[in-house]
Amino acid sequence: MVEWSETERSIITNIFSNLDYNDIGPKALVRCLIVYPWTQRYFASFGNLYNAEAISNNPQVAAHGIRVLHGLDRALKNMDNIKATYAELSVLHSEKLHVDPDNFKLLSDCLTIVVAGKMGSAFTPEIQATFQKFLAVVVSALGRQYH
Amino acid sequence: LHFSFLVVKTTSNRNPTDKMSLSAKDKNTVKAFWANVVGMEEDIGCDAVSRMLTVYPQTKIYFSHWKDLSPGSAPVRKHGATVMTAVTDAVSKIDDLTGGLLSLSELHAFTLRVDPANFKVLAHNLLVVLAIVFPNDFTPEVHVAMDKFLAAVARALSEKYR
Repeated sequence: MVEWSETERSIITNIFSNLDYNDIGPKALVRCLIVYPWTQRYFASFGNLYNAEAISNNPQVAAHGIRVLHGLDRALKNMDNIKATYAELSVLHSEKLHVDPDNFKLLSDCLTIVVAGKMGSAFTPEIQATFQKFLAVVVSALGRQYH
Repeated sequence: LHFSFLVVKTTSNRNPTDKMSLSAKDKNTVKAFWANVVGMEEDIGCDAVSRMLTVYPQTKIYFSHWKDLSPGSAPVRKHGATVMTAVTDAVSKIDDLTGGLLSLSELHAFTLRVDPANFKVLAHNLLVVLAIVFPNDFTPEVHVAMDKFLAAVARALSEKYR
């Protein structure tokens, strides 16, 4: 089981309580689709993804980014049992969405960079370490039910 | 992390082992953006190395000879400056990274023997610092060009390993 210190818990709680989901969610997904264009394979129904500008202005991408970011809320509320919390979502991503689990890390790296850009120097090395630990646990849980 | 990539038949003389090589647009984007970094190599390098050592503690094994591995320490700052100055130099050699980084590749391969997986780790932390220092200029388009460039630098540094 993953151990969280009190400091780590408060770092994660603080980051998310100050997060503007409607801003950060779209930015993270947009960045992922631009920086790792093969991830666009999952969004064929989203219409115009032809270039960076189209992706940045695509309302379906924005809405989906917000949704995905809110997906982290369950980890926030169940930090001591993230693996079980994401079992169902893991099955969904494997069986129904057929998402390559390597892609979870790509999105999580983009989210880290977007949050860093928003928080500026307040995103210290220690806070970065904790945030990345949190995302790594979620990513691992999401990949758990693939077979 | 392994990328599966489409093999496209072209008539160019491109090295068939080139993966996702830099386009003219990528090179121009990198050169234009990196102009912001010149002069700040020490601060940016210090922050990137500090983050690497903190967030990926396994990287500390390469610096067991340092007195102080804490973020912002003197050896961290000095090494950050060294590494980032070398990246500035790599930007100037962007048209032939393999040739331009030959001796650095030999250094990393034969003397330092840094596991090449760590190039990606440092690159990630550099991108985080760039996002912090240049929140408006480090757009997704700049990000993809920089990511490709740093991957190309890593490949050039890995050239002599085996």
